[in-house]
Amino acid sequence: MRGLELVFFVISALRGQRLRSFLSALGVGIGVAAVVVLTSLGAGARQYVMSQFTQFGTNLMAVDPGRVKTMGMPGVLGGTTHKLTIDDAIAIGRQPGVAKFVPVVTGQGRVVGNGRGRSVFIYGVTHDAAAAWKFSVAQGRFLPPIDPHRKASYIVLGPKLAHELFPESSPLGRRVRVAGWSFRVIGVMTPKGHFLGFDLDDAAYIPVATAKALFNVDELNEIDVLAASSDAIVPIKRALKTLLIKRHRGQYDFTITTQDEMLATFGRVIGVITVAVSGIGGISLFVGAMGILTIMWISVNERTSEIGILRALGVRRGTVERLFLLESVVLAAAGGTGGLAAGLGLGAVLRLAVPGFPFETPPAAIAAALGMSVIVGIASGVVPARRAASLNPIETLREE
Amino acid sequence: MIELDDVCRSYTVGDSEVHAVQHVSLHIGAGEHVAIMGPSGSGKSTLLHILGCLDRPTSGVYRFRGRDVGMLSDDERSHMRQHEIGFVFQFFYLLARLTAGANVELPMLFAGVPKSERTRRATEALEAVGLGDRIHHRPDQLSGGQRQRVAIARALVMRPSLLLADEPTGNLDRSSAEEVMTLLERLRAGDRTLIVVTHDPEVARRAQRIIRMTDGRIEEERV
Repeated sequence: MRGLELVFFVISALRGQRLRSFLSALGVGIGVAAVVVLTSLGAGARQYVMSQFTQFGTNLMAVDPGRVKTMGMPGVLGGTTHKLTIDDAIAIGRQPGVAKFVPVVTGQGRVVGNGRGRSVFIYGVTHDAAAAWKFSVAQGRFLPPIDPHRKASYIVLGPKLAHELFPESSPLGRRVRVAGWSFRVIGVMTPKGHFLGFDLDDAAYIPVATAKALFNVDELNEIDVLAASSDAIVPIKRALKTLLIKRHRGQYDFTITTQDEMLATFGRVIGVITVAVSGIGGISLFVGAMGILTIMWISVNERTSEIGILRALGVRRGTVERLFLLESVVLAAAGGTGGLAAGLGLGAVLRLAVPGFPFETPPAAIAAALGMSVIVGIASGVVPARRAASLNPIETLREE
Repeated sequence: MIELDDVCRSYTVGDSEVHAVQHVSLHIGAGEHVAIMGPSGSGKSTLLHILGCLDRPTSGVYRFRGRDVGMLSDDERSHMRQHEIGFVFQFFYLLARLTAGANVELPMLFAGVPKSERTRRATEALEAVGLGDRIHHRPDQLSGGQRQRVAIARALVMRPSLLLADEPTGNLDRSSAEEVMTLLERLRAGDRTLIVVTHDPEVARRAQRIIRMTDGRIEEERV
């Protein structure tokens, strides 16, 4: 009951100095808005990355040549590595729990047809790629289920490539050329969108053995493995490790990355960036706190006679201290609430302007923002409030 | 009601010690009207602050209604000021941002009196000082005499047994001063004690007793 009335009393004091109160609250507001916006961008980026990965399904894992802790970068750290072969892939496919396996060779090439040409990513894969990556075919069919060692001059076009080369007619059955090799178009994929900036629709798919010959390489870039269930992921990973070490003459020279690990890696990277960037927001919050401290200090020194008369009227020392502390907290909380509203408002505007903009405010960030502004209020109010309480009422009432 | 026994108050200013009040012994009974006179620097304000429990004697004993004020903690003296003592100052010390009514409510707010009762008592107090129609006015919309009357309402709203006025007419013209003094006397109803510090003989003459101070000592007492 009395607490609320004291808040009103304090607000009357703040309203007595409208501009000054507004400006010092603004400092905290900007800090809180910065923290809210930056953490929201971080959380949004995390969610964006998550959705990018999970669009391929969550039971996917990748075997890459070379041994680097997280993202396979073959041979960078020195040492010889064995090549990942199609036979490795076939052996992996025989393991229990493995639903599908896809040996992958990638390269870039110019696809020419219908008097037009376009440079795209070319994936050398097998029949199972479409199912493993959750891609589907719009027209015709995907690569036929043939022995991965066999070459075949079939090609499946991504929708964008198909549209660029054959804007008016169906590409099915038409011939295209890649680096002098002739292919027959047997299918067109449905649009899939972008993945981390790559246009997945601007691509072409050919049998993996053909891709090896076309790009003149004798190893795979990657083997993708789809587990039958999420429970199978961990045992498969263990089995693949044993299998490949045996096949590679006892050398652990490859990297198996599960979807979870990839997400965790990206999550960590984004987490570190978010913390660093929120730290910058924290600095502006600190500057805001200094602003409140300064204003409160000035305010106490200007209102000595008010403090004196309150003391003469019987207001206790501790109550005077609490009053000024409350004033500082109200100031900071008002700024914090305003800053929170501004931050959320900015997010709403961004999402309206750019649909799908990765701006996601975690509820914990909202609570933290308000909590932080109250802490800022207390921290910057303590010293001025102590001073107010320590004033000698006789001194303050001596002159006008 | 008020017993001072050999009370001294000294403090240091720079390197020198100032003896503001020296060996003052004094009795003031309930319901008395006393004036304290003296030139500036004679220690009359310091004496008033001691009487009002804002300050404590360096030596000697001050008993207010039987309690030794020197032995009380800061919070206990605050409590005493809240419930037993009303102050009126030369410069009014109204809070400029609050209305007359809110200023009068202030002591009750901190004493935890419920809002409805505060409003009622503040209205009564302002009516008693003849400002019932000025409840919603701010201090800057009131004349000096009216402001002092608001301050008097504020001093009396907690129904104190002791009313202390430090140069209450010092900032007022003659007619306002008359009004304020008449009001103070009228409000000294029942057992309420009124002590007025002043250097205006006109004001002092209204008292039942005049205490003259020079250099911290009581020079003469006249009834």
